Order: sequence, then structure tokens, then C-alpha cells
Amino acid sequence: MNATSPPNTWDSYPDVNGRFGDFGGRYVAETLMPLVLDLDRAYAAAKADPSFQAELNGYLTHYVGRPSPLYFAERLTQHFGGAKIYFKRDELNHTGAHKINNCMGQILLAMRMGKTRIIAETGAGQHGVATATVCARFGLPCIVYMGETDVERQKPNVFRMNLLGAEVRPVTSGTGTLKDAMNEAMRDWVTNVADTYYLIGTAAGPHPYPAMVRDFQSVIGTEARAQMLQMEGRLPDAVVACIGGGSNAIGLFHPFLADEGVRLIGVEAAGHGLESGLHAASLTGGRPGVLHGNKTYLLQDPDGQIIDAHSISAGLDYPGIGPEHAFLHDAGRAEYVSATDEEALDAFKLCAELEGIIPALEPAHALARVGEIAKDLGPDRIVLMNLCGRGDKDIFTVADALGRRI
Amino acid sequence: MTKARIDDRFAALKAEGRAAFIAYIMAGDPDLEQSFEILSGLPGAGADLIELGFPFSDPMAEGVPIQRAAQRSLAAKTTLAKTLDLVRRFRLQDTATPIVLMGYLNPVLNWGFEAFAAAAADAGADGLIIVDCPPEESGPLADALDAAGISLIRLAAPTTDDARLAIVARRTSGFMYYVSVAGVTGAKEADETAVAPAVVRVRQASGLPVAVGFGIKTPERAAAIARVADAAVVGSALVDEVAAALAEGSPATPKVLVKAAALAQAVRTARA
Repeated sequence: MNATSPPNTWDSYPDVNGRFGDFGGRYVAETLMPLVLDLDRAYAAAKADPSFQAELNGYLTHYVGRPSPLYFAERLTQHFGGAKIYFKRDELNHTGAHKINNCMGQILLAMRMGKTRIIAETGAGQHGVATATVCARFGLPCIVYMGETDVERQKPNVFRMNLLGAEVRPVTSGTGTLKDAMNEAMRDWVTNVADTYYLIGTAAGPHPYPAMVRDFQSVIGTEARAQMLQMEGRLPDAVVACIGGGSNAIGLFHPFLADEGVRLIGVEAAGHGLESGLHAASLTGGRPGVLHGNKTYLLQDPDGQIIDAHSISAGLDYPGIGPEHAFLHDAGRAEYVSATDEEALDAFKLCAELEGIIPALEPAHALARVGEIAKDLGPDRIVLMNLCGRGDKDIFTVADALGRRI
Repeated sequence: MTKARIDDRFAALKAEGRAAFIAYIMAGDPDLEQSFEILSGLPGAGADLIELGFPFSDPMAEGVPIQRAAQRSLAAKTTLAKTLDLVRRFRLQDTATPIVLMGYLNPVLNWGFEAFAAAAADAGADGLIIVDCPPEESGPLADALDAAGISLIRLAAPTTDDARLAIVARRTSGFMYYVSVAGVTGAKEADETAVAPAVVRVRQASGLPVAVGFGIKTPERAAAIARVADAAVVGSALVDEVAAALAEGSPATPKVLVKAAALAQAVRTARA
């Protein structure tokens, strides 16, 4: 395997219309179209501006705490008896997850655009906390839309957002989960077009969000690739990440896209099991459609109505997936598998007991497949997993699932 | 060609020297039979054109009234196919009043553009408004509608500048829909002094009649808009009548039609 990356032809996506093959695009109301086009121009200018990148890198180093370590998970490797297992430790970032990589990039862009009010959607609350954090840091008012179901099951994060000065608005429309929070944020944006910046938390939504969020999260894969070359002198055989909207996964995958020998494996949330109908596996159990500004795989009924997702992990509980994943799936460049609530819980406990790391339930889904992948690859091979969040936020959910009281 | 029905109606109203009253209702709200009764009664109540909404689970541009109408409609098991059945039944009794379907892209995409356009034309629909399908994304849909003789009616917004207005107008027929306020349906109030110059701008760019909607709830607002636009669209205020009827346990049809008649009267006499 080459130590230097060949030219990344995958970098040509999306095209000027925000298309990853047949996926992506800009499916928004006319009122928002001029804003989305304006954002596209502003982001392109920032991306090409070395001073923007330098400013971002400064905050990533000194505020977020990057680079995050690459860690050899020795005891899990021994436990599974296959390929060496490495973790990219993005759970060690400030605020405890990968979400802040994207928030830091977008808040700097928002200020560059002269926007004075920030809105965001959140499911588990990790993106909401990360958005509230950067808004506090830069002194901007922050409104976070959160489904009322999620407000109830993620109380610690609601309190964190409040401590950071953000206003959390519970969303009761629809079914009161992440997709409804995103609808409500869009409604806010369409109402407050002059001053408001919509800070989307995942690699989905109208162009340029999927490409922009991917770019900001690609720091994960870029660092991990260099760290792996330094520690092992070679690239991994497989990289693995959990997928809800898919921002941590695309951030890990993208810098490896041109490395054809590296398998890219995304793990969706299978909830109670794919056959139960109660899951969040849009690629495995959905079909293409249009929602939230982009064309992608969606969970939907025969009439094209969106079906609620289910996962024990609020961060994966979304009925769609970023359009670049839909493209990589159809192009065959990435593989997508799934893990159930129960498998994720087992992996959660295993990671805590063997590595002394309490993972978030989201990457616990990825870990649930890593054992098989490691065994499948065999010794002398390497599998790299993004440990994209820490599990402090999940202890109540896990205690509940285990029938324990804390 | 079903497009002719929209053109004929606007031509007739122009000759009368008045604006059109366009009534929006949600198919299947509160259930299919009552929505058919409402639909059937609208021309008699004074609706010149009808926008028939079809429900979507995630209506991103709607305020609370139409969100709730969509939820009631979905709870009543309304589908896009059943929406077309309502149009088909309506056409047995009324061949003059244009019906424009309005909703979100996914149910139409899910059906398939060509097959849907053919079915909609066969049922007797005249136009289609898709809220989340801007000109940049609507090429294949516009082709399918053209082939079936159905008007694609596009929205222009306060954020749409002159350069974009030309793009928006390019494949629009029947009329242009001007979104009078930056916001969701039924939230802010349309101001005719701000709307009037926009209507002129949109009319010049498109050469089409301009209907104004999104912020008109009362007969007074409807009359004010009817003085400056070619049509006034009212939706949230009508579906709110359905909600009110359900809350008090009374039949929805008379309440909606009484409200529609008051709005129609205000539009008809606005320029008198």
C-alpha cells in the first residue's frame, strides 16, 4: 500500500449543483434558495482563504484539543484475536464528541458572513451542546430546536445547553424527534432570513452543507491517516464508523477514499432489528427520496411519507443519511452494515471493561461490528474505528436498559 | 389541455376587472368524505380557483395550522392517489374551476414524475405547486408536467432578486405564486404596501397573473391584497376552521364554507 495518497478523484464531488451522483442537491423553498446560494459562495471563499483555515486550525488546537490521539486498543485486540484495533479518540475533544469540529468551522463562517443569530437542531443534544459552546465562546445568541421526546430523554444535555446560555426550544410538531427539530429550525430560518445562520450538525441538508460539514469533519480522517502511517508505517485495512446523518463517518472516510486498499465500513443503527421495522438504517432499510433539502436514502412508507427512526442512541435516530453516503453506497466504495440496540449495549460494556473507556452509544454501534471485522481480516491486519463520542451523556439510558437505578 | 382552465379563469376575471380568490384546503382533512364536501362547496362559496394540498409528514414551510391539517389528513390515511380521486370526483360536477395541487416533492417523486403527471391530468388537475423544488431541481418534473399539459406554478419570495426572478419565471405557466412574507404559512401578516411593488416586478418578469399568499387570514387582508394582486390565496384561516369544528364537535364543511364565502366576498368587492 502506498504511503502517500494518490490524487483523490472523489474530491470532484459534489458537482456545482451540490450533486453526489444522483444524490444531494438543494431542495428548499424559494425563500431559502438565495440564502443557500449565498452560503455556498461564502463557504467557497472561506475555504480558499488561508487566513480562515489558519484561524480555524488555531481554535482546533487550543480550544478543541486537536489532534486527538490514535490509540491501540490492545485488550480489545486480544479479546477478539484478529486484526489490530485502533481507536481515533475524538471523544476526547472539548464537549466530548466530534460535533465541535464542524461547529467551530461553521461559527467562524457565520461571523465572517456577518450573521448575528445562530440556530441549530439537535437529537441527542451533542450537536446542541457543541453549538451552544461555540456561541458562548464568540458571544452570539443561540437557539437550539430539540424534539420534546429528546428533551425528556437527554435532560443532562438540555441543562448543559442552558448553562452555556443557549435557549432550548422543545419541538412538539410531528413526532417530536430529530427530524421535527430540523423542520422547525428550517421554519425559523425561513422566518429570520436577514440575520440568522443555521448551523446544521450533520453532513446532510441542502448544498453546501453536506460538503461543508464533511470538509470540517475531515480533520478526523486526515489526522488518523497521518497518525497511522507514523505508528504503523502503513494504512489500515479497514476504517469503521457509526452512521446517523453520517458526519463522523464521512469525516473519517473522505481522506481514505482514494486509498483503494482501505475498506470503508459504516454501521447504521438497527434498533430492535431490521425485520422489526423499528430501526434507523436508512441505507439498509430505506430508499431514495427528498427530505430536508437533499435527495438521499430515507425511511419512508409506500406513499412517500417519512417514517420515524428508532435507535437506543438518540444521535443515530434519524430517518435519512447524508447524500455522500448514499452515493458511496451505490458506487460500492463504502460498505454499510448495521448493529442493534442490544449489540451496541454489549459493545458499550465491553469497551468500558476492557479499555477503561466509556464510549457513547453511537460509536458503540461501530464497535459492535469491529470484532467480526477484526476476526475476518485476521492477525497482521489493522482496523481503525472512530470513537466519535464519550458515554457520559448515555449513562442514564444505559442504566435504564440494564434495569439499574442510578 | 388542462392548462387552459387556469388561463381561461384569469382571462375571465380580468374582463370582470377583479382579482381571484384562491382557497386552499388539505385533501383528507378532517377525512376524505368531509374534504370532498368542502371541495365541492368551494366554487359555490365563491372560490375562483382551488389549491388542493396533499399531505406530507414533514412540511417544512408550513406554520402550525397547515402542519396540523397535514397530520389530520395522514391520520385519515390520505395518500396522493386518494387526493387525485377527490379531483376526479369533483370534475364530474365542475369542469370550469381550476384545481392546483400543492405539496412537497417526496410523495410525487415516490410515485414517479411521468406516471404522476399523467394520473393528475387524467383526474382533472390543472397545476402543481411543489414547495421544496426550486427551479434548479425541477427540470425533470417540469418535463413530465409539460408532457401531461399541467402547469408548473413556481413561487417567488421577498428574497428572490431580479436575476433569480427570471430563472423562477422561465418554466412557470398559469400564474406565479408570490410568497408575501419571509416565513412559514399563516404566521406573519401580508402588508399590501410592500406587496404591491413586488407584484408588479413578478408580473413583469413572468408575463403571468400573480397570486399572493402566505399571510392572508381575514377578509380585510384579502381585500387589501386583491386591490394590488391578481389573486389572493387563503389557506391557514380555512384549515383553522376545520380545527375549530373538530374542537367543538361540529361538522367542518359549513364552517369552512362560511369562512370561504366571507373571504370571497371581500375579494370580489375589493376594487368596487
